[in-house]
Amino acid sequence: MKIHEYQARQLFRKYEIPVPEDVLCYTVSEVEKAARDLNRMVVVKAQVLVGGRGKAGGVKLARNVDEAVSAAKQILGMDIKGFKVEKVLVADAVDITKEYYVGLINDRNTKTVTLMVSSEGGVEIEEVAKTNPEKIIKFHINPLTGLLDYQARDIALQLFSDIKVAQKAASIFKKLYKLYVETDATIAEINPLVLTPDNEVLAIDGKMNFDDNALFRQPEILAMREPDEDELVEIDAHNKGLSYIRLDGNIGCMVNGAGLAMATMDMIKLYGGEPANFLDIGGSSSPQKVIDAMNILLNDKHVKAVMINIFGGITRCDDVAKGLIKAMEVISTDIPIVVRLSGTNAAEGLELLKQTNLPTVSSMSEAAQKAIELSRL
Amino acid sequence: MSILVNKNTKLVIQGITGRDGKFHTGKMKEYGTNIVAGVSPGKEGLILDGVPVFNSVAAAVKATGANTSIIFVPAPFAADAILEASEAGIELVVAISEGLPIQDMIRITPILKMNGTLLIGPNCPGLITPDEALVGILPANIFKKGNIGFISRSGTLTYEVVNLLTLNDFGQTTCVGIGGDPVAGLYFIDLLQRFEDDPETIAVVVIGEIGGDAEEQAAQFIADKMTKPVVAFIAGQTAPPGKRMGHAGAIISSGSGTAAEKIAAFNKAGVPVAKEPNEIPELLRQKLKK
Repeated sequence: MKIHEYQARQLFRKYEIPVPEDVLCYTVSEVEKAARDLNRMVVVKAQVLVGGRGKAGGVKLARNVDEAVSAAKQILGMDIKGFKVEKVLVADAVDITKEYYVGLINDRNTKTVTLMVSSEGGVEIEEVAKTNPEKIIKFHINPLTGLLDYQARDIALQLFSDIKVAQKAASIFKKLYKLYVETDATIAEINPLVLTPDNEVLAIDGKMNFDDNALFRQPEILAMREPDEDELVEIDAHNKGLSYIRLDGNIGCMVNGAGLAMATMDMIKLYGGEPANFLDIGGSSSPQKVIDAMNILLNDKHVKAVMINIFGGITRCDDVAKGLIKAMEVISTDIPIVVRLSGTNAAEGLELLKQTNLPTVSSMSEAAQKAIELSRL
Repeated sequence: MSILVNKNTKLVIQGITGRDGKFHTGKMKEYGTNIVAGVSPGKEGLILDGVPVFNSVAAAVKATGANTSIIFVPAPFAADAILEASEAGIELVVAISEGLPIQDMIRITPILKMNGTLLIGPNCPGLITPDEALVGILPANIFKKGNIGFISRSGTLTYEVVNLLTLNDFGQTTCVGIGGDPVAGLYFIDLLQRFEDDPETIAVVVIGEIGGDAEEQAAQFIADKMTKPVVAFIAGQTAPPGKRMGHAGAIISSGSGTAAEKIAAFNKAGVPVAKEPNEIPELLRQKLKK
């Protein structure tokens, strides 16, 4: 789960990570008031859940109230990579001596939370990793001890020569780790962390993502969720026990199991079609789930044909067939549907499907080819 | 021969009284797995499907000598269950439970290491050594005893491919579903090493997917250390970046973890990668002819 920068800044403040003052605004007049109240140079920043705001013109420096108003007029309502800007953050623009990067991630290989810092701040860390990998310092944190004082200090001393400044940075590293672990984050970035002319160390931009599997124990984080339209459909599917992601193609697919669902999309592409979605109906196969899944697929106006690919293991093919029959009774559609049932109780399932007009095939490659053919009629 | 589970496996089932636990206990027993105990706090003394139930793993181990455990308890309690098994001296823990928070996995990893416990999963279908032991939720009827080792991050895709192998007369030594989570127990390299050391395994099939770089590491390991042929398939070539494809670990982040990178790594290591699952038996045949 992603949150906005302004929400990350709220969490930083809660954990006593120093952040410049800011005001969240939804309208130009709110921006005008905020700029007047802050009464100094400000940055007007688009709040969207996508990276690359700066390059897209979504972040502007304003020296006075008039400039803030004109920045707000440009940014509010603009489109950044398909995301409409509905709110901006008006933040105190601090003087900067130098920018740094601080980030925490879960490292799959060492199975630890890993701290990454760099003297190359303000740019995307992926860029630094490509061009100057030696400029990134990585530290794998022992989960049993957490990030210890001396470790945080040693890392900070590699960025800052002044011990007093290094201690301020070390304290931020430790607070960020605490925030990260306590909120079940999967990314926590301060980029940039800045050093000011009077030797203060501040977080002036923040990004945080969270582990969906841990949201059950993070009510405060969950309350910050602001899903976009696609995510609303995904969340609704999730609540029905389905895993759904909309794509750009026109062949809808319904599959049991995530790996098989991905392989099904790949196969549609391999035979020259374009998958309209990823949809995993999961392990059990209650008829209701099949009905819900069909509704989601057929609600996508781009879908021209549907491919159902079931390999029964725990899922029983006859259950899926029953669900399909029920679904076809309540849903009326002209969109052609191809069904492939294999594995547990496939014969029974196929027998049941004879009472419908649904074409059935025995392998997934046949199903993909047939669905593509039907989508072109 | 086989790896990890066999006739000597003495299995304890954690969460045996739950809906899934109960159902799969029956299936595993039917297959001939040596199930010695179940655990469900508060239900000690109960006999379920002929299996004695205990309040704790420690009590089950003491009474039955169980050496392997399978976990069906819900995700919020699964990390605790894994540690309980580890502290009770269980050698191999198979966690079926789906949806464990990543921080839970990170916290328990050093403890498992200290205790020398092997973990498979979480969020996995388990493993099977055909005709000897089923420790998981895999549909037993598609497997057949033979000489192919099998490792996969996916569940149903495993069934799809194993079914093709069996139909083409490629039986299996052991098939392991390692699970779809970003932080998990035994992974490709650990298992490739075991298959390399297993005298009956003559070739290995690896089913990977997008996310992380475990496939790239596996490719490097195969190039450096393996004498046996390996054939691969990677799911998720059409997956968009930044989206979690069902499995918590199946996500392309910041442009890395793509199928293309993984396929390139395998090809570089001399491992043929099937364009679709159907091709896997033929690729194996070609590799074994050489």
